[in-house]
Amino acid sequence: MYRSHVLVCGGTGCTSSGSQEIINTLQAEIDKNGLSEEVSIVQTGCHGLCALGPIMIIYPEASFYSMVKVEDIEEIVKEHLLKGRIVKRLLYNETVTDEGSVLSLNETAFYKKQNRIALRNCGVINPENIDEYIATRGYEALGKVLTEMSPDDVIKCILDSGLRGRGGGGFPTGRKWQLAKDLVKGGQKYVCCNADEGDPGAFMDRSVLEGDPHVVFEAMAIAGYAIGADQGYIYVRAEYPIAVDRLKIALAQAREYGLLGKNIFGTDFCFDIELRLGAGAFVCGEETALMTSIEGNRGEPRPRPPFPAEQGLFQKPTILNNVETYANVPQIILNGAQWFASMGTEKSKGTKVFALGGKINNTGLVEIPMGTTLRTVIDEIGGGIPNGKKFKAAQTGGPSGGCIPAEHFDIEIDYDNLISIGSMMGSGGLIVMDEDNCMVDIAKFFLEFTVDESCGKCTPCRIGTKRMLEILDKITKGQGTLADIDKLEELCYYIKENSLCGLGQTAPNPVLSTLRYFKDEYLAHVVDKKCPAGVCKSLLSYNIDPAKCKGCTLCARVCPNGAISGTVKEPHVISQELCVKCGACMEKCKFGAISKK
Amino acid sequence: MGSQNQTVPFKGTNEQEVALKNVIAEHKDEKGALMPILQKAQDIYGYLPIEVQTMISDEMNIPLEKIYGITTFYSQFSLNPKGKHKISVCLGTACYVKGSGDIFSKFSEKLGIENGGCTPDGKFSLDACRCIGACGLAPVLTVDDEVYGRLTVDDVDDILAKYA
Repeated sequence: MYRSHVLVCGGTGCTSSGSQEIINTLQAEIDKNGLSEEVSIVQTGCHGLCALGPIMIIYPEASFYSMVKVEDIEEIVKEHLLKGRIVKRLLYNETVTDEGSVLSLNETAFYKKQNRIALRNCGVINPENIDEYIATRGYEALGKVLTEMSPDDVIKCILDSGLRGRGGGGFPTGRKWQLAKDLVKGGQKYVCCNADEGDPGAFMDRSVLEGDPHVVFEAMAIAGYAIGADQGYIYVRAEYPIAVDRLKIALAQAREYGLLGKNIFGTDFCFDIELRLGAGAFVCGEETALMTSIEGNRGEPRPRPPFPAEQGLFQKPTILNNVETYANVPQIILNGAQWFASMGTEKSKGTKVFALGGKINNTGLVEIPMGTTLRTVIDEIGGGIPNGKKFKAAQTGGPSGGCIPAEHFDIEIDYDNLISIGSMMGSGGLIVMDEDNCMVDIAKFFLEFTVDESCGKCTPCRIGTKRMLEILDKITKGQGTLADIDKLEELCYYIKENSLCGLGQTAPNPVLSTLRYFKDEYLAHVVDKKCPAGVCKSLLSYNIDPAKCKGCTLCARVCPNGAISGTVKEPHVISQELCVKCGACMEKCKFGAISKK
Repeated sequence: MGSQNQTVPFKGTNEQEVALKNVIAEHKDEKGALMPILQKAQDIYGYLPIEVQTMISDEMNIPLEKIYGITTFYSQFSLNPKGKHKISVCLGTACYVKGSGDIFSKFSEKLGIENGGCTPDGKFSLDACRCIGACGLAPVLTVDDEVYGRLTVDDVDDILAKYA
């Protein structure tokens, strides 16, 4: 027994901010002070508040130390762990009131409105120790399913809960399982987990894998029992090395405990899981492409039907769900379908994890009930936009999604509402953009992504997206015409209707939604040849304000093209013909005399 | 996913070849074994030159064109050796809206290489990478396995100096 537990986040975010060094220093300090018998260090998964990493929580007080530095460790150990005095100066400032009392984490704006189901164990348990998962009712749902429920009971429970696929499509999970069970009776079937989280800016699946890997195994085994499969595959991105390591450790432990393998819980049910690593192809997040890739081929999608429930991996009936979907399953089994269905909106039940990123104060992972408004997510939980800038749009759904403008700031987030305004839930990336982001540039950014990641199998996607990118490139260079905008829109609809897989069908969405809500920015690029946000280089001009320029000559010296002239102590001038718009002068000017328009 | 031409002569050792053959023997009978074998082969050689692909083709009795089709499809497979230090600038959305595009350009300009290129002295290679999931620290980049976060273009010189 330890009198105190120090939880240090070992997720990718905090590891990148140096949490491993914190753990090493902490252990050394604890040893030095003779506390190693009394205080235990637990390396956990992600707490969600990545912007404040490295994060350290000391229990039983639940003191939340943020942005911990190696230099602070000695003080924390001596004061807090040795003398029992919380070092308020180093706590997350939101947990300390003006009067100096310490609040619990759940009372802070970031956590108050969250409801953590999929992320339940993330940041709480040590993911490398199966006993900690079991201690939080881990594998209890699998035991219940195997000993008390029939496969039909399991499917009914998932159906009744209203759980829909969290990978983006939103297909009812129970329905998918039912099809895989009933379409083909008996024979070899497979359960797959899509952990190829390719949406840029979404990292909830990674956090679950890093912070609570067993929940995925447990849910996959439950799915295996429901549809009659004995083999599972997890297809995980190779870009997530920590997640891959934790999965390997967890897999070995689950097998050792007999929770995977033969005759689980003494029943006839056998189930094992194999890990497969992706190799960096976004299209492999599409279900048929993912299966083609596991089979050892180029990850190209195949036409549906036949649907995977009938002919999937190795031509056998297969279900594929994403990590976050699985993370909900054991809780639904334990707490009942009604419990889950009581949260969320009419057609979208439960919670959804979002990765808040971009121009927002509290970047990190949040899990909110479906139906929470965008305003709550950005202003309250996310802490608003930094530097007093104005909100312009929130982007959801990655390269398949769209932008939500300020006029829809009060929209209740669920699958159907987002689609109705031209965006989509996607896997849950939520990137906030402010007045300094150019929406044409953002559309171009996503098209560059799609062009690069198009597998090339079908023509509309391979060639169509390329043509779209060329038009966008023309527009951002100031060479676009009004006819280009029309052609762009026409192409969008053509590609949407004719592409083979979801990647191509949704590739035009970023353009369509920016055209819908930010047409004025397109027009500014085309008609006025201006980029209102000051992003598109070809349309910018740098100018020196003679009233502010002191003639220090610094700008003239850093200009790589000799475009700035003037005499010492006299205002300088930029030659627009010679300027290459690199911005070096503006960066160096100490008097703020140079501006871009 | 563009085409890649091989520019550096292949210098594989006997030990590497033995290691590769062991990997193939170990996985050969698994379903869909080709991807894991290619990944391990890249771990052994650092990249997948046509010579290595030919060896895998011969050992596994799979046509070389199928293997080449796969190695050129996935962005993690490289047909050219990487630099001693691999710089990967994240161009995921969260990093991009916070200016990682400018950071990438600065590296490209400083090193005189494009995306996927390697400096002539073999010291640095530069890649624009997909989201590494450290969006809380945007914009981020990695040099080998070291992650650098909350960057501005002014940090580029310091980072390069660390590895010079």
